Amino acid sequence: MLIGHYNYWVVVALMMLGFYIIIAHGNLIKKMVGLTIFQTSVFIFYISVAKVDGGSAPILAEGISQYSNPLPHVLILTAIVVGIATTALGLAIIVRINEAYDSIEEEFIQQQDNLS
Amino acid sequence: MVGVVVAIIWMKDLIAVVMLLGIYGLLTASFFMAMDAVDVAFTEASVGAGISTLLLLVAIAKTKRKEHPSRHKPLLALLVVLVTGGLLIYGTYDMPIFGMADAPAHTHVAQRYIEDSYDEIGIPNIVTSVLSSYRGFDTFGEVVVIFTAGLGILGLLSTVNGTGTRKKLPTINDSIENQHIVLRIVGKILIPFILLFALYVQFHGEYGPGGGFQAGVIFGAGIILYAMLFGMDIARRVISQSLIQLIAAFGVLLYGAVGVVSFLNGGTFLDYNVLLENPVAGQHLGILLIELGVGMTVASVIIIIFFNFAGRKGPQQISDDLGA
Repeated sequence: MLIGHYNYWVVVALMMLGFYIIIAHGNLIKKMVGLTIFQTSVFIFYISVAKVDGGSAPILAEGISQYSNPLPHVLILTAIVVGIATTALGLAIIVRINEAYDSIEEEFIQQQDNLS
Repeated sequence: MVGVVVAIIWMKDLIAVVMLLGIYGLLTASFFMAMDAVDVAFTEASVGAGISTLLLLVAIAKTKRKEHPSRHKPLLALLVVLVTGGLLIYGTYDMPIFGMADAPAHTHVAQRYIEDSYDEIGIPNIVTSVLSSYRGFDTFGEVVVIFTAGLGILGLLSTVNGTGTRKKLPTINDSIENQHIVLRIVGKILIPFILLFALYVQFHGEYGPGGGFQAGVIFGAGIILYAMLFGMDIARRVISQSLIQLIAAFGVLLYGAVGVVSFLNGGTFLDYNVLLENPVAGQHLGILLIELGVGMTVASVIIIIFFNFAGRKGPQQISDDLGA
């Protein structure tokens, strides 16, 4: 029973660590790193769900009858590539923010906004 | 993995954070491998451990390296995180036991994909057949998302503007360019093999792990390596920005066009059975074409992203310009 949920706990731990980075750190690049970790924890969750005991990788071959579930693999495969595209977009915005405010710290940006 | 993430929280030096993130990506990829998700592991290894590390490094080079020490309300954040985490852990008790073969996730469409996909599509890699045939419409949407992200980055960071194009673009790579002969020569030998491997992954995706997404990322990585070793100027001369944009758009167009052709042949959107006389051969052709479209779009969007990041002036250079 205990060991049966171990994977899910690791997912929750990773997700919460990522979440903590996002809300507790003011540095925008660090926030993106947190977001990436959060994202990967969801990927790990899906892939864990797809695993079947004694199953093989979902590539058909003779003599194998038990395969892991291919559907979550498809979803996550595309999600990873979409994830990097959106991360890159976020980083692009950060680079522009840095050019406008000369800072990537949330507090400094807010201070400058309040002054003007 | 959890240990690496904890280290990420404490690190103040952003370069070290990014390096740890690369290690984390590699660990994730090996985990996926252990979970039988070979295609996903492949993608994660090239994206998580490769491209994302690189992009973060370029972004840091364009901004600042050190993180400011002060944090706002860490205790409140910790409380929120602990409460949410506790609730989620409580939620996991409703989940089926890990690895159970009759869990709800395995009892619906997945069974049909495993049993019938070889007769209907005729290719052994189930992930590829689900990706590009059964769920071709989803994948089309994802390709469009990637393309849109590329457009967004072009809009935000594009350095191509009237007069700017002819000027020499100062980049972080100029210093590498003139030193490190060993790196350049090894790179010169390796790059053709990287590109060849990408093409192999592209066209072998029906039989082994691989496909358009992975191939695109690897191809993009090969070009980025070239740009880093030989400088942005030479890379831009070899692969012009407008050509790459054209290829990105053409990839999406190719994907959509396959759908429209299947319309015209009397099928539904992205129904490859009607492409040729023999339905299975039609499926083969359809998958080959759309994987090609995916690969082209992904590779060129990644190159666009890198070119625009690296071509952007750093904070130092901007202040130099202002002073001059």
